[in-house]
Amino acid sequence: MGDQEVHALSEINLEIASGEYVSIMGPSGSGKTTLLNVIGLLDRPDSGRYELDGRDVTDLSETEQARVRREKIGFVFQSFHLVPRLTAAENVELPLMLAGIAPAERRARVDEALLGFDLRDRAQHRPAELSGGQRQRVAIARATILRPTALLADEPTGNLDHRIGAEVMALLEGLHHTGTTLILVTHDRELGARAHRHIAMRDGEIVADEK
Amino acid sequence: MKLRDTLHLSLHTVASYRTRSLLIVLAIALGVAAVLVLTALGDGARRYVVGKFSSIGTNLIVVLPGRAETAGGFPGAVLAQTPRDLTLEDARFLGYLPQVKRYAPLNIGVAELVAASRLREVTVLGSTADLLPIRHMNLAQGSFLAQGAEHSAQMVLGAKLAQEFFPHGNVIGQRVRLGDRRFLVSGVLTTQGESMGFNSDELVIIPIDYAQALFNTSSLFRILVEARSRSDITSAKEAIRDILKRRHDGEDDITVITQDAVLATFDRILRALTLGVAGIATISLAVAGILVMNVMLVAVSQRTSEIGLLKAIGAPSADIRLLFFAEALWLSLAGAVIGFTLGQFGSLLIRLAYPQLPAWPPTWASIAGVTIAFVTGILASLLPAARAARLDPVKALGGK
Ligand SMILES: Nc1ncnc2c1ncn2[C@@H]1O[C@H](COP(=O)(O)OP(=O)(O)OP(=O)(O)O)[C@@H](O)[C@H]1O
Ligand SMILES: [Mg+2]
Repeated sequence: MGDQEVHALSEINLEIASGEYVSIMGPSGSGKTTLLNVIGLLDRPDSGRYELDGRDVTDLSETEQARVRREKIGFVFQSFHLVPRLTAAENVELPLMLAGIAPAERRARVDEALLGFDLRDRAQHRPAELSGGQRQRVAIARATILRPTALLADEPTGNLDHRIGAEVMALLEGLHHTGTTLILVTHDRELGARAHRHIAMRDGEIVADEK
Repeated sequence: MKLRDTLHLSLHTVASYRTRSLLIVLAIALGVAAVLVLTALGDGARRYVVGKFSSIGTNLIVVLPGRAETAGGFPGAVLAQTPRDLTLEDARFLGYLPQVKRYAPLNIGVAELVAASRLREVTVLGSTADLLPIRHMNLAQGSFLAQGAEHSAQMVLGAKLAQEFFPHGNVIGQRVRLGDRRFLVSGVLTTQGESMGFNSDELVIIPIDYAQALFNTSSLFRILVEARSRSDITSAKEAIRDILKRRHDGEDDITVITQDAVLATFDRILRALTLGVAGIATISLAVAGILVMNVMLVAVSQRTSEIGLLKAIGAPSADIRLLFFAEALWLSLAGAVIGFTLGQFGSLLIRLAYPQLPAWPPTWASIAGVTIAFVTGILASLLPAARAARLDPVKALGGK
């Protein structure tokens, strides 16, 4: 508890259908990341209810929330968040390992994913030896390896130049086309406009929600 | 997460942070090695002393005149008002006891030895034939004092004296003079070195009668008694005390020391000493534990964003705790193995440098050292692991 209570979010009433492509925009500090964290079960609201896939997940235990995160949510971050000492393949393998999948199957699925994201010849490279675009592709491969229902991307192109950013966006949109719900936080109006539903935030509240 | 994967991933991490891991492993290894080497030294010293003491005889009982105790009642008043002498007669009576296998009366003094136109003062031991087996002495040449021939003027020379007086060999049968009497050299002792205060290499041994005549005394310095078996020692001690009391008009004026009791005392003291140094060495392991804890706490704060990421991709707190725990386990394992090897190697070096010292680390110390290394490592990882598991993923990810 800080000295002063901050309402990072308030009065949020939001329903996102499975398979939607939603962008969330708003000034810095408006609560976009916080909303994404609540959706991804990384953060718990102090009050209110959250249902995911028809199930109330607000009061799940920490272990169960971790499980839901693993199975239903994929996170993509602006700063990639790859484990620096692991190779691209090992980074992609992490969620499979956490899920307790056997090594042989893990290897097959990692190979497939690396192939799908055009990273096969980078499999044994560490993050430091990869370009920004390659890093973000590894991160997306990791986020999607367990086929989550929702992909939560927090400024995924924020650290990439325009061309590479566009490539990464094409990948994410490709995943949306295969049925994954895509929720994209961005400052970029152009990118935000590509989504099929646009949510605008200010001071922790949703001020606009248009399709 | 499967245990196998947890172990594998944590090993990977440990191997990646090379300097940090080496530092921790070294700290633990030095602690374990210290336990092994110090206890090897302590136990080696114990075995050395006990071995030396055992080598002077088996089931040995030493009888000496006078009471080595103060009288009760008057503090400081010693009861030893001229104790009755121990005599050859006394010794002979001890020989009749059923618990006694053999005995040897002992007189000691200093006299001038003259032979082959050389002269020097030597320590003279007067005794009988049984001294040889009782004291576990060995002959290099010739024969010892003959059994029952206490009246023949024979002499046995210590190894160094034989070498000094007769450097060209041919010692046996030589005539020598000790004080004002002539002797024939009948034997030479093997080199034995210092034991219990005497150097038997610079000793001459003559029959007890001659010694008593030479030193003009009828009282004995000591009587060495060998009990028939270990279990006879206590009753032999009682019987000796009893018989000598009767012979000394009811005065309990002798002291009986058993080698067993002295050995046990030494053994106890040196064991306690070994335990003490083991305890001190264990402190270095505890210090290593504190180092491990600090380094791991730093590691947790360095890897904050990684921990947040793991949580974001679905690792429950328990998995994260286990990951850090497993890292400590690997580090302790490496530290214990390297420390054990170092300790064994160190003990070997000590044994090479001091061949008389049987400096082997005792089994209990090896087990204790390795166990304490593990316990320390695991205890030291509890707090860092818990801290990592408790990290709020939102904050952890935010602090990129
Ligand atoms: N750990 C925290 N403790 C207190 N307040 C916080 C914490 N994290 C975020 N906030 C506050 O919550 C509000 C929303 O923050 P959030 O990170 O969601 O904003 P954002 O819209 O993602 O901003 P940006 O575009 O800069 O990433 C801000 O006012 C911020 O100061
Ligand atoms: Mg943000």
